[in-house]
Amino acid sequence: MTTGAATFDLEQTSRGLRFVAKGQWIVANLKSLDGPLRKLAGQNRREREFIVDLGGVTRLDTAGAFVLYRTIKEFGEQGVRSSIVEISDDFQILFDEVAANDRPYELPSPSVDPLVFALDRIGAAIVDAFAQARSIMGLLGVTLVTFGRALKNPKRFRITSLVFHMEQAGLDAVPIVSLLTFLIGAVMAFLGAKILKLFGAEIFTVELVAFAVLRELSVILTAIIVAGRSGSAFTAQIGTMVVNEEIDAMRTIGIDPIEVLVLPRVLAFILMLPLLTFVADIMGLFGGIVVSWALLDISPVMFLVRMNETIPINNFWAGMIKAPFFAFVIALIGCHEGLNVVGTAESVGQRTTQSVVQSIFMVIVIDALFAMFYLEVDF
Amino acid sequence: MARSGDSDVVVSVRGLKTQFGRNVIYEHLDLDVYRGEIIGVVGASGSGKSVLLRSIVGLLKPAAGRIQLFGRDMSSMTFEERTRLEQRWGVLFQDGALFSSLTVAQNVETPMKEHYGLPEPLMAELAALKISMVGLQPEAGSKYPYELSGGMRKRAGLARALALDPEIVFLDEPTAGLDPIGAAAYDKLIKRLQQTLGLTVFMVTHDLDSLYAVCDRIAVLADKRVIVTGTLEDMLRQTHPWIRDYFHGPRARGMK
Repeated sequence: MTTGAATFDLEQTSRGLRFVAKGQWIVANLKSLDGPLRKLAGQNRREREFIVDLGGVTRLDTAGAFVLYRTIKEFGEQGVRSSIVEISDDFQILFDEVAANDRPYELPSPSVDPLVFALDRIGAAIVDAFAQARSIMGLLGVTLVTFGRALKNPKRFRITSLVFHMEQAGLDAVPIVSLLTFLIGAVMAFLGAKILKLFGAEIFTVELVAFAVLRELSVILTAIIVAGRSGSAFTAQIGTMVVNEEIDAMRTIGIDPIEVLVLPRVLAFILMLPLLTFVADIMGLFGGIVVSWALLDISPVMFLVRMNETIPINNFWAGMIKAPFFAFVIALIGCHEGLNVVGTAESVGQRTTQSVVQSIFMVIVIDALFAMFYLEVDF
Repeated sequence: MARSGDSDVVVSVRGLKTQFGRNVIYEHLDLDVYRGEIIGVVGASGSGKSVLLRSIVGLLKPAAGRIQLFGRDMSSMTFEERTRLEQRWGVLFQDGALFSSLTVAQNVETPMKEHYGLPEPLMAELAALKISMVGLQPEAGSKYPYELSGGMRKRAGLARALALDPEIVFLDEPTAGLDPIGAAAYDKLIKRLQQTLGLTVFMVTHDLDSLYAVCDRIAVLADKRVIVTGTLEDMLRQTHPWIRDYFHGPRARGMK
């Protein structure tokens, strides 16, 4: 872009002020001009006349015309008689255009009281939380009804979609779930080795590892990995479809989005999370066995024999029973957040984050409820 | 109109070839756009009209050929030269391509903020000015793109394209999807802006009425190149079968 600044001179005349503009009055040059012009027009003007001389202006665009127009208008509002001289026809067209479109819109100014602002946010968050809970209960109900309808007419189950999601959310997660639970099992054994050795009770490492892995760690860890891996993917997939109006298109074609999108995902999760948890159990124990063998001279056979004697099978079931519940909650939250995306890319991102945060939160809350329940019934 | 000689060539395309994989969209394509004119590019669906637009603004790398804007070759530009060039054009994509997480006013302010760092109040004023210039109500400025209708999004997209008072605007199907009244109003708007701002307009279109109403010159894209450019009268005299069908077909009756 050709350079050359925009400047102006002020000349006092017998009857008022003469404003001589020079150079290129274009948007690129306005940064430093806007302030001085506002100041000029903002002072209490007492002149009788304000004349704008455009004879020295070589280029003008709408932005340049606008700041000149605004200055003239502000002088006029203070009772100063204003006029433009030496204006070419081209520039006059621009001025007319700017004047015709002088329709500023004042945004309603937001409340500035910080206390009110804080209270407003807290209130909105609480109302929103209840609305969310209500809406998710709604989706839960609709999903169950759709499931019931599909039971009556099994053709309504989307087998292809179900298998696809079982592979994506289940099978493809096996490596990462295996590795992480192996490491956690190993870490538990390290802890046992370090602390229990102090009491000469290393052998209890077996109970520590088996108890922690079977009851809690493997199922919680699997649920969290799956929520981060696939729950978020559900939100992003469905959310993008909402943005593209694909969900609306489905409804008009007579396809039920719950049946096609939500049900297969929920079922895939409910089927796969217990299986993943089983893999996690095995790998967690394996990690414990390896470390026990290496650090404590507890041979794998000894580990297994002792585990068999001291850890009843109900500990395995105590962990496993939780898996379908976690699966249901994660899939439901993932789909729910996706369906509630509104129109923007930002919203997809927000909802995806929320989906992960909410599902991990719910997994841990439900786990705590199960722990209390197990304690009461002595399971 | 701030024209400096009508023979000024703003965009010059020589021997352009674009292909996706082995699918050649066009080759040996020549086209000139002169300062201050409205040129309409027509062609069958899939003939590469939008691809041509995207090539000219540098979104697609041509397989061969040369594109010059304002007399400068695009491919040999440094990053800074490129940035300066981008301040001299505005592009309107088919559906407006507004940033969905910003309001309309913020969308219009984005180029001003990015390139010139103008003071906030001035940007707000200029955004309101552009929004009004493209025929939107002042309240539209505080709305988000998804709250607007398709026609309003196109207008908002045009407001953003005009944010820096460019010398040339590229419009991709500006009237597609608008009702005839809306489309006619949009045509008028483009014509008025071209006259008041001295704009050069490069317009890809399907709309015969637009061609008739606003275009100074028409370029026809067929057989993988620009087969002819000229005024509407020139087109009506052409004997090429596609051009005949296009300008004398059943939907062309309104142009007589």
